Amino acid sequence: MALAKRIIPCLDVENGRVVKGVQFVDIRDAGDPVEVSKRYNEQGADEITFLDITATHEGRDTTVHTVEKIASEVFIPLTVGGGIRTVDDIRTMLNAGADKVSINSAAIFNPDFVKEAADRFGSQCIVVAIDAKCVSAEDETKRWEIFTHGGRKSTGIDAVEWAKKMTAYGAGEILLTSMDQDGMKNGFDLDVTSAISEAVPVPVIASGGVGNLQHLVDGVKLGKADAVLAASIFHFGEYSVPEAKQYMREQGIEVRL
Amino acid sequence: MSKATIAVIDYGMGNLHSVASALEHVAPNHNIVISSDADVIGNSERIIFPGVGAMRDCMAEIKRLNFHTLVPEFIASGKPVLGICVGMQALMSHSEENNGVDAINQLPGRVKFFGEDLKENGERVKVPHMGWNTVQQNADHPLWHNIENHAHFYFVHSYYAKSENPDVVIGRCQYGLEFDVVLAKNNLAAVQFHPEKSHSNGLQLLKNFSQWQADS
Repeated sequence: MALAKRIIPCLDVENGRVVKGVQFVDIRDAGDPVEVSKRYNEQGADEITFLDITATHEGRDTTVHTVEKIASEVFIPLTVGGGIRTVDDIRTMLNAGADKVSINSAAIFNPDFVKEAADRFGSQCIVVAIDAKCVSAEDETKRWEIFTHGGRKSTGIDAVEWAKKMTAYGAGEILLTSMDQDGMKNGFDLDVTSAISEAVPVPVIASGGVGNLQHLVDGVKLGKADAVLAASIFHFGEYSVPEAKQYMREQGIEVRL
Repeated sequence: MSKATIAVIDYGMGNLHSVASALEHVAPNHNIVISSDADVIGNSERIIFPGVGAMRDCMAEIKRLNFHTLVPEFIASGKPVLGICVGMQALMSHSEENNGVDAINQLPGRVKFFGEDLKENGERVKVPHMGWNTVQQNADHPLWHNIENHAHFYFVHSYYAKSENPDVVIGRCQYGLEFDVVLAKNNLAAVQFHPEKSHSNGLQLLKNFSQWQADS
């Protein structure tokens, strides 16, 4: 018996609907976030991650209301991300029923925000999301940088160094998305996942690129991830959470069934 | 007849709505309140003592709101009490978090850091201990009613409790080392995991607590 590796379905929510884009464009509708969350809860998902992709542009009242509804019906951990920029944003989401918040661009603009957040609310509820993209040439040692704006803008910050810095600042968990792999269904970027997982003392969630169940296994075994996040393979019914867990268990991974 | 109340004690540390919603779900015959009011708490049938965040901040708020005397009084009255996560740790004698913090001392024992070099099966384990782990039930107890031995519960913590008295330990967990995750002494119980986030096992435990006829 050991700590189970977690399977986390991710809801990208825009204007109150679950959507899933390929490389953040070509967005497909995947349903009502409350209904989708309840379905994953019943299926035995270990957590749910809710990313508000409209947050940067529009009002957040709908999101707060949706989070409240999910939290009153789903009794597993809920992480909320997207547009978390201030201590007040964090308090609002925690009060609405989120257990953790995921901070992305606000950490890049002001790294001390992560310190302040962890100090105020505890590291256990501060997730730092990292969108990494490979920037090395093929004949070089692999190197990744942090990108913003859905993977379009480089910050010039080294992804592994950034992960170390963010955990030193109090992040309790890292949500790592490969912008090269996201939406491509070719599997996680295992190199960046294992590089970061081995570099930091806190759990790492692998994200971006899951197309089949073996990808989840690879993320844990080769990517050394503590949790695996996926969206479209679950949303569109290709696989269920129990199928994914059964497969992982058959491959020798400790899961909660 | 009015419904008996379960009060979730509010001292400003963390989100209590999840605990309250979970209780509403499993204890429809109780009135569930989130409160920091001494009278409301004192008149309740049973209380939940939760907590998240750093121990120093939690104890500071507990003392500021006088819960370090109210909670022991409630315990002494013989009514059921359930500590959750940092609430459990605050019920112990002392925590080594934040360079050492004295706690309420209702469950003799210490709260310790997992450490940086913890290993399990040769692999480094991550801290915080975050996620679903199995709990070994080492004694029969009404709180375990309808919950299987080695059932999974959701944990998130970097410090763990070690009771001085092994007789009060009714649940243990393994993560690099073995530690105490459920303590029960007369009408006082405490859990390190988050039952309100532990799906059906957690809801069952809260239901069991809501029906627990404890001996004081």
